[in-house]
Amino acid sequence: MNLPASEVRSAPAAKERRIPKHLAEEWRGRTYVYLCVLIMIVTIFSIVYFIASRGLAPFISHGVSVSEMMFGLEWRPDGEPAVFGALPFLFGSFSTSLLAAVIAAPLGLCASLFMTEIMPKLGKTVLQPGIELLAGIPSVVYGFVGLSVIVPFLRDVFPGLGVGVLAGSLVLSIMILPTVTTVSTDALRSLPRGLKEGSMALGATRWQTISRIILPTLLPSLLTGVVLGIARAFGEALAVQMVIGNAPHIPHSLFESAATLTSIITLSMGNTTSGSLHNNALWSLALMLLLMTFVFVFVVRMLERRVKR
Amino acid sequence: MKKSLVLLLTVVFAISLAACGNNTNNNAGSANTSSPSPSASESAAPSESATPSAEPLSGSVIASGSSALQPLAQAAADKFMADDQYKGVSVQIQGGGSGTGLSQVSDGQVQIGNSDVFAEEKLDADKAKELVDHKVAVIAMAAVAHKDVGVDNLTQQQLVDIFTGKVTNWKDVGGTDAKIVLVNRPSSSGTRATFEKYALGIKTEDLPGSIQEDASGTVKKLVSETPGAIGYLALSYLDESIIALKYEGVEPTTDNVKTNTYPVWAYEHMYTKGEPDAAAKAFLDYMMSPEIQQKDVVENGYIPTSDMKIERDAAGTVTNK
Repeated sequence: MNLPASEVRSAPAAKERRIPKHLAEEWRGRTYVYLCVLIMIVTIFSIVYFIASRGLAPFISHGVSVSEMMFGLEWRPDGEPAVFGALPFLFGSFSTSLLAAVIAAPLGLCASLFMTEIMPKLGKTVLQPGIELLAGIPSVVYGFVGLSVIVPFLRDVFPGLGVGVLAGSLVLSIMILPTVTTVSTDALRSLPRGLKEGSMALGATRWQTISRIILPTLLPSLLTGVVLGIARAFGEALAVQMVIGNAPHIPHSLFESAATLTSIITLSMGNTTSGSLHNNALWSLALMLLLMTFVFVFVVRMLERRVKR
Repeated sequence: MKKSLVLLLTVVFAISLAACGNNTNNNAGSANTSSPSPSASESAAPSESATPSAEPLSGSVIASGSSALQPLAQAAADKFMADDQYKGVSVQIQGGGSGTGLSQVSDGQVQIGNSDVFAEEKLDADKAKELVDHKVAVIAMAAVAHKDVGVDNLTQQQLVDIFTGKVTNWKDVGGTDAKIVLVNRPSSSGTRATFEKYALGIKTEDLPGSIQEDASGTVKKLVSETPGAIGYLALSYLDESIIALKYEGVEPTTDNVKTNTYPVWAYEHMYTKGEPDAAAKAFLDYMMSPEIQQKDVVENGYIPTSDMKIERDAAGTVTNK
C-alpha cells in the first residue's frame, strides 16, 4: 500500500544521483543474490574442511592406517592399544539402507503409479498428502514407534532379540517412502501424453502400457528416486540407533544387533572429549559418510544425464 | 512479482540480521547493568554470599554436559532464576554428554561443565588440572534384569562372567534356563565407566549380539521387554517392571550407598575453569544450598553429597568423613 508513495518520493532523489531506478534495482538484487551464494559456498567449504581436518587426524597424527579403518573388523576405542576397524559399521549402513530401498522401492513405485495412472483424483487428494505427511514426522518418533512396535513384533515372530538390521531397515523403509514416491510421481506426471496415448491407440492394455512403455522410459528417473532414498537412509541416525542394537560387530543374521556409521557417531560423540583419538575416529566415520554422500550425488547426476538424453 | 520476491527475501534477511543483533543487544544490556558500579561489584563478589542483597548480580551462566545430571541441573536453574535475589542472572542448561561438557568448559565455551566422571579420566592431565571440581550430588546405579530370570543377587565374579560373555545362560548363575541378553551402554559412556569400575572392577568389550544404548529410558524399556535381558540403571529409574539385582548380597538402596556398603555409585560433577565468576559461583552455591540438596536432589533420585558418610577420590580411595 505504501509502496507507490515511497517510490514517488524516492524517484527524484534517484534522478539527482543519476542512477536510473532500474539499474539500482538490478544492483541491489545482484548484490543480495551474490551475498547469499557466497554465504552458502563458504558454509559448505568450511563444513567439508572441518570434517576433513578432524577426520584425517587419526591417520596423520595417531598412526591409524586407512586400510585398518576401512577393513578392520574390530572397534575397540578404549582398548590397549585402541583398535579402529569400521567395516562392521560400513556393512551395517549399507545393508540397512539397501534393504530399506528394496522394501520401499516397489511400494513407492506402485503408490505413484496408482496416483498418476490408475486413480489420479483419489491419489492427488488423499494418498499423496498422506505419504508426504510421512516426511514430516520427526525421526525420533519413527525410532520410538520402531522400538515399541516393530522390535517386539520381530522378537515374538522370529528367533533373536528383535533389534537388528531388519528392524532398522523396516523403520528406514517407511522414512524413505515419501522420497521415492514423490520423485517417481513427478517423473510419471512429466511423461509426454502422446507416448501413453499412442500405446493405447495401438490396442495395448493399461498393464502393457505401464510395464512396456512407461516404466522402461522412466527407469532412470525412478532410479533417481531410489538412490535419493538410499542416500537419506544412509544418513539417518537417531531412528536407526534406537532399533538396531549398536553392537560393533558384523551380524550373522537379520535379527542380531548391528551398528551403522551414524548410530555409532550419535552414540559416542557426546561422551568423548574433542581432540581425543576416539573423538577424531568418530570424525573419520563422519568423513566416510560425507564421501558416500558425494558418491550418491554423483550417481544421481549420472542418472539425470541419462534422463536428458 | 519479482519485486515482491526481492522484498520478501529482504525481509527474511533483515529478520535474520535483527535476530543476530538481538544477541549483541542482550550482551550489551547485561554489560550495562553491571557497569554503573564496576569496582563495587568486583570487590563485593568474593563476599557476595555474606551480603547477598547488597549487590544485584547479573550475567549469564551456561552449563553443558552430562545428560544424567541435566534434569537436576535444570530444576535447580529454574528455581534459581525464579528467585528475586538472582533476577539478573540467566542460567542455561544444555546436554550433550560428559565429554562435551568437559571439553567445552576446558575450552572456555561454557562456564560450567557437567560430568559423571572425574575430569582426570577424560581429559589430559594438564587440562584437567585447570578445572575446579564441584561435587553436587551422588548417583548410584544398580544392575537390573528382566523379571523372569529367577535371580535377585549376583556376585562381582558372576557379573564379570556375564559382561565378558563367559556365562551366557541364566541357569549358570542360579536362574532359569534363558539366554542372557546384554543391554550395555556405549563404551565411552560415563555410566558404563562407573559400573565397570565399581561393580565389575575391569573394563569390558562390546560383545557380538549385545545391545548398546545410551538413553536410560531405552535401556529400561529393552530390559523390561526382552526375555533374559540384563543392564544397569540409575536408582531413580528402578520400578516394578524390572528387578534390581543385589550386588554381593547388598541391596542397592540410598542408605547402603551412604556408607559405601553398596559401592556402585559416582559423584555428579560441575566443573569450572579456575574459580567461577560471580554469577556461576552464585549458581553453584545455590546448587549446594539445603533448598536444592534436601529437596530437588532427593526428589530426582540423587543423593546429597553432604549425606555421604565417606569420601572417594578419582583413584577410588575411600576415606571416612
